[in-house]
Amino acid sequence: MASKPRVKVPKKAAAGDIITIKTLISHAMESGQRKGKDGNLIPRKIINKFTADFNGTTVFSADLEPGIAANPFIEFNVKVMESGTFNFVWLDDDGTQYSSSNEIAVE
Amino acid sequence: MNISRRKVLALGAGLGAVVLTGFKANIAFADEAKTQAAIDAFANGATVESGKITLTAPEIAENGNTVPISIEVESPMTADDYVQSVMILAEGNPNPGVATLHFTPMSGVAAATTRMRLAKTQNVIAIAKMSDGSVVMDKKLVKVTIGGCGG
Amino acid sequence: MINRGGIVAALGLSALMAMIVAPAHADPDNNQLIIDGEVIITDVAAPDDSPLDRIYSGWRFRSPETQSLQMDDFENPGFVAVDDAIESWDTAEGSEGKSCASCHSDPSSLAGLRTTLPKWDEATNKPATMENLINRCRTDRMGAEAWGWEQKEMVNMTALVSLQSRGMPVNVQTDGPMAEWIEKGKDLYYTRVGQLNMSCSNCHEDNYGNQIRSDHLSQGQVNGFPVYRLKWAGLGSIHRRFKGCMENIRATPFKRGSDEFIALEAYVASRGAGLAVETPSVRN
Repeated sequence: MASKPRVKVPKKAAAGDIITIKTLISHAMESGQRKGKDGNLIPRKIINKFTADFNGTTVFSADLEPGIAANPFIEFNVKVMESGTFNFVWLDDDGTQYSSSNEIAVE
Repeated sequence: MNISRRKVLALGAGLGAVVLTGFKANIAFADEAKTQAAIDAFANGATVESGKITLTAPEIAENGNTVPISIEVESPMTADDYVQSVMILAEGNPNPGVATLHFTPMSGVAAATTRMRLAKTQNVIAIAKMSDGSVVMDKKLVKVTIGGCGG
Repeated sequence: MINRGGIVAALGLSALMAMIVAPAHADPDNNQLIIDGEVIITDVAAPDDSPLDRIYSGWRFRSPETQSLQMDDFENPGFVAVDDAIESWDTAEGSEGKSCASCHSDPSSLAGLRTTLPKWDEATNKPATMENLINRCRTDRMGAEAWGWEQKEMVNMTALVSLQSRGMPVNVQTDGPMAEWIEKGKDLYYTRVGQLNMSCSNCHEDNYGNQIRSDHLSQGQVNGFPVYRLKWAGLGSIHRRFKGCMENIRATPFKRGSDEFIALEAYVASRGAGLAVETPSVRN
C-alpha cells in the first residue's frame, strides 16, 4: 500500500499573499548505488519529477535525482491572486503517478 | 623473529583500517569532472557569478542520509525578471545530481527547502539561472559525521 | 597467562574508550522542544533510585537540524507512519470482522497507555509491551494474524498509539510483580558483553554528553519510541535499537520480543520516569 502524500497548503489567504507549501511523500528513493544482500546492485527507483499546478498552470516543479533523501520533502512558495485548486503530482521511475489536490480560498 | 601476539593484533587492526578507508574513499569519490560538466551545461555559456543566491546547509550533518538544505535567490520575480531554475549538486556523491528546481513568476519568491543525501564531507553547490540567462552560484562545505554508534 | 580472548577484548575496549572524548560542549544543550505551541519536557530530576541527578531526552543531544525535524508535525517524517496507521486503525481484518476502532473507537481513547509500558500482564504472567498488546487484540479479538515485531504495520500502529500520550510523563510500574523484571533488566544494563566487553552503562551512564567518535552520546532514554532515525530512513522499535547497540559492541543480540529485551525495556523505561513521551521522535 502506498502512503498518501502529505501536503500542507493554507486554507485561506489574501490576494497577493506569498504562501508556503510543504509536501512530503513516503518513498525509499532507491539510488541505484546500494547493494542488496545478494551482493548485486539494487536497481534505481526514485521519484524523478514533482509538479505543482494551480488552476491548470504549472507554478513550480522539480527534477529529482538519487541525491534526494528518502521520503522526499519539498517546501516552496506561490503567490496567489485568486481562489482555486492546487494539483500536485509525483512521478515514479516505474511510471506510477501519485497525486494530491488541495483548495485555497483567496479573498 | 620477535613479534608478540599483541603487536601482530595491533598491526592487523591498523592494516584493516587502512584497507577499509581506501575502499570507502574509492566508492564514494565522485567524478569532479561530472560536477563541472553539469555546471557548464546549466550555465550554457554564461559566466558563473557569486552573490544573489544563498545556500543554507548545516555545517555538520549528523547523518548523511537526510541533510536539510534551503536555497534563496534575490529576484523581483516578475514576468520580465525572475529566477528560472536552481540546480543543486553534491560534489562528492557518487552521482553529483541532487535536484533542479523550476520557478515561475507565480512563485513570488525564489526559495525552496528540501532534504538531500551526502555520502561524505563535501561541497554542496546551488546554481541559479535568471530569466535573462545570467547565472549565479553559492557553495557550502558540509561535514558529514560517519562512524559513531550507527546501530 | 592472558588468554587470547582477553587480549582481543582488552584491545577492543581500549580502542573504543579512546574514541570517547569530551569536547568543550559536552553536555546536553539548552534548547526547548515546542511542538504546535506545546512545551514538551525534555529534562527532569532523575527518579529516586536513579544513579543520575538529572535525566534528559535524547532530543537534547542532537544537532539543531535534527531537532527541528521533530518540532513540526508536518516536517517530521515519522508522521507518514502515523497517517498509515490511522488507515489501519479503521480497517476490519480477521475472522471477527473487527477493526481497532470497533473496540477502541478513537485512538485518543488509549491516551496514557504508552507511559505505563511495559506493564504487568496477568494473562501471560509477564510484562507486556505495546507490541504484545496489539498482537493480542489482533489474534484474540479480531481473529487476525499477529504482526511481526518490526513489521511496518506494527511499528506504525505503535507510533499512532504512543502519539496519544505525547507530552505525558513516563510512569512504569517498578514494584509488585514487575520488581523481578526490573531487576533482571538492571542486571542486563550493567553486564559487560560482546567482543568490546561493554555494558549499556559504559556509554549511556558513564559517558553521556561525550562524543563516541563523531556521535554525541545520549542517556539512551526510550521516551521517544518508535523513533524515526535518519540512518534508518524510517521508524523503528525500542528492541531494534537495543539490537543495534549490541551489534555495535560486537555482542550477539537478543531477539526482538525476547524476555531479555522486555526486561531491559522495562528497566530503561523506569530510568526515564518523568520524561515526556515524544513519539514519533526524530534522531540521527
